[in-house]
Amino acid sequence: MVKRILAVDDSASMRQMVLFTLQGAGYEVLQACDGVEALDMARTSTVDLVLTDVHMPRMDGITLVRELRTLPNYKFVPMLILTTESSQEKKMDGKSAGATGWIVKPFNPPQLLATVARVI
Amino acid sequence: MTLDLEMAEIAKVFFQESREGLDVMESGLLSLGATADTENINTIFRAAHSIKGGSATFGFAEVADFTHGVETLLDQMRNGVRPVTPEAIQTLLQACDCLREMVAATEAEKPLDKDRIAALNADITHILGERPKQAPTPGAPGGAADAGAAQPAAAGSAAADQPCGWRIAFEPVIDLLRVRNEPTRMFAELNSLGAFTARADVSRLPPLDELDPESCYLSWNIEIAGQIPRARLDEVFDWVDSGCRLDIVPIGSSAPPAAEPLASATAPLPANLAVSADARTPPAEAQRGPASGTPVQKTAGESGSIRVATEKVDNIINLVGELLITQSMLSGFADGIDPDDLDRLRQGLSQLARNTRELQESVMQIRMLPISFAFNRFPRIVHDLSRKLGKKVELKLSGEGTELDKTVLEKISDPLVHLVRNALDHGLETPDRRLAAGKHDSGTLELAAFHEGGNIIIEVRDDGAGLNKAKILQKARERALIAPDQDLSDEQIDNLIFMPGFSTAEQVSDVSGRGVGMDVVRRNINDLGGHVQISSKEGVGSTIRIRLPLTLAILDGQLVRVGKEVYVISLLAIVETIQVARERVNTLAGRTEVFRLRDEYLPVVKLCDQFGVEPDSRNATDGLLVVVEADGKRAGVLVDDLLAQQQVVIKSLESNFKSVSGIAGATILGDGTVALIIDVPDFIREAVKRSGGALTAHAA
Repeated sequence: MVKRILAVDDSASMRQMVLFTLQGAGYEVLQACDGVEALDMARTSTVDLVLTDVHMPRMDGITLVRELRTLPNYKFVPMLILTTESSQEKKMDGKSAGATGWIVKPFNPPQLLATVARVI
Repeated sequence: MTLDLEMAEIAKVFFQESREGLDVMESGLLSLGATADTENINTIFRAAHSIKGGSATFGFAEVADFTHGVETLLDQMRNGVRPVTPEAIQTLLQACDCLREMVAATEAEKPLDKDRIAALNADITHILGERPKQAPTPGAPGGAADAGAAQPAAAGSAAADQPCGWRIAFEPVIDLLRVRNEPTRMFAELNSLGAFTARADVSRLPPLDELDPESCYLSWNIEIAGQIPRARLDEVFDWVDSGCRLDIVPIGSSAPPAAEPLASATAPLPANLAVSADARTPPAEAQRGPASGTPVQKTAGESGSIRVATEKVDNIINLVGELLITQSMLSGFADGIDPDDLDRLRQGLSQLARNTRELQESVMQIRMLPISFAFNRFPRIVHDLSRKLGKKVELKLSGEGTELDKTVLEKISDPLVHLVRNALDHGLETPDRRLAAGKHDSGTLELAAFHEGGNIIIEVRDDGAGLNKAKILQKARERALIAPDQDLSDEQIDNLIFMPGFSTAEQVSDVSGRGVGMDVVRRNINDLGGHVQISSKEGVGSTIRIRLPLTLAILDGQLVRVGKEVYVISLLAIVETIQVARERVNTLAGRTEVFRLRDEYLPVVKLCDQFGVEPDSRNATDGLLVVVEADGKRAGVLVDDLLAQQQVVIKSLESNFKSVSGIAGATILGDGTVALIIDVPDFIREAVKRSGGALTAHAA
């Protein structure tokens, strides 16, 4: 079965890059531009992996992860946050919110795929 | 392979997005001066953050490095570590400008202005309180250059003398599975690195009735053989090493084994893992059914807009124009047809006419853009300029949503900037002068746009000193723009500033005096088929009013006939049309005829002479005089007859033939003939020139 990934980023170019990379590798991709939209989607669809940026308007990625973990369907879904190398703090915030791991920005398509392959 | 091509496509999105992000940053920074609210700083920060992340991802290291400093500064501001000072805002605004140029240069693959970047970088690092030497330079650590720095620094020493294997004791946090860190996956990864064995330690397992299926009670002793860099192992455990016990020792070292291997079961997939995996699946599947129709895609244009090349739209507009012509051709044709079929044909035609018109209107809508595209640059311009001039200015914008044609919008932008600069430079007073005049020390500049009778009106209002009428009058007389004894109304005096060669600024400043006078502003507006006027009250302020057509593609035209030729005159330019009475036509010095309209003398332009057409009669009294106005001047155009008023589609004469003075374009009439559209401003200029300067003073 095709794995479905929810990609959340407020930057259209990042979303497109993620979309292009993941679709190219045969994943199905849902997109949301912030935490609120992602949470809405998550309430109606299930996915195999959530990829989320940290800094977003309305709801940031850390809060999104925390919220998602409270949904029964998302209890065990792997969640990765996209973060910059400088923010060790963010990684830990993400971790304690329930994130599975992180992808350090900047990343290229092969790095993204390799990281995704680690969890699904 | 297509990957690079695709990435290049996506990079284009990044450039566009960066420009938008920079606009967000700029307007955020400008409003930051007034209130330093956290949400605003957050928004600015996020924009910078996205640009940094994107530029690093797409490999634009210089942009990423530069944005890093900006982002750091903003981060400190939003965390309250760094105060928001006007200087810092100014530096950040300059950084926005710089970034905008960097993005443009990167997109165009042109070299960057390294000096400017370095200078601004130094400013930012200075604010950050670091020594300028630490400014990130391209290629140095600190930005995209260390893209590979995901691995912790621990990698270093071990890499030098690689052991032939590792012994790993891994006792994860009990929540490991709850965040979906699968030991099995980690082990699979390790297995791919080298020969791998794991022994599970089940000592933490509680009795079955106390066992929580979602917790991880196991820990493992792992041995992995092979020359594996320590960093590779750290990578595997990167996500799980906080809170857990993780000892990684090279095989052969004397470090004690981390945990006593109590159980002997070699269990790469412990039972509770399987349980948790099963527990997860069923509800997930159950939920899937009703959710399949979920909306998915949400792409770049969050506002629901698409980007279309102007060329394509113009093409459609052209075609719709043709359709309109065909329709009116058919209507004309219907007049000579068998009366029995006529009714049905007429009905069909009127329906066609309605549909065509509606189609045309909605296609024209595509070209329409809100005037905010032109207004948006003003907060920054006003901010910079008022700083420079030492004036306090509050800018008020209204009617930003008013839409007008893209071409008109683009062409009105520069004249507007000029008018705003002028208002700031010459109109608004310095704070102390304002206070002395009993006004608030901060001046107000208003930009308003609204619809009025099929036109767009843009007003630039200031509550400054107003125009000095005595000075204007004096200047106009000095330069012989008006006759020495001429009597002018206040309004006429004010509008003298639009005359060529007029400038009241005592000295040319670098703000508004760039050799571009108000006459150029007026000409640009006239060229758009618009009209500009100023009214002002000394000590109270000035209002400049610009009237523009909604579009340049269609014209509300009056068809006029001269002999066998039909011409089109813009309805907007026509003041009135009158029958010519002989006693009112005078001949001035030689052959130039003027017409006395009430107390004003108008130069008369005979279309027949202008275009070499044989008229019905050469006698002025047999024709009609169409009084037209542009640039505040009037002239009478002599024609044989007035025909219908109708909207005509403007076809460029330049692109189909060549530019002809006095002709603004052409259109195709219903009967298929071509009618020339008269360029009224040009016509009047010519007429006034021929009739000599004596008439020029009759400003409207």
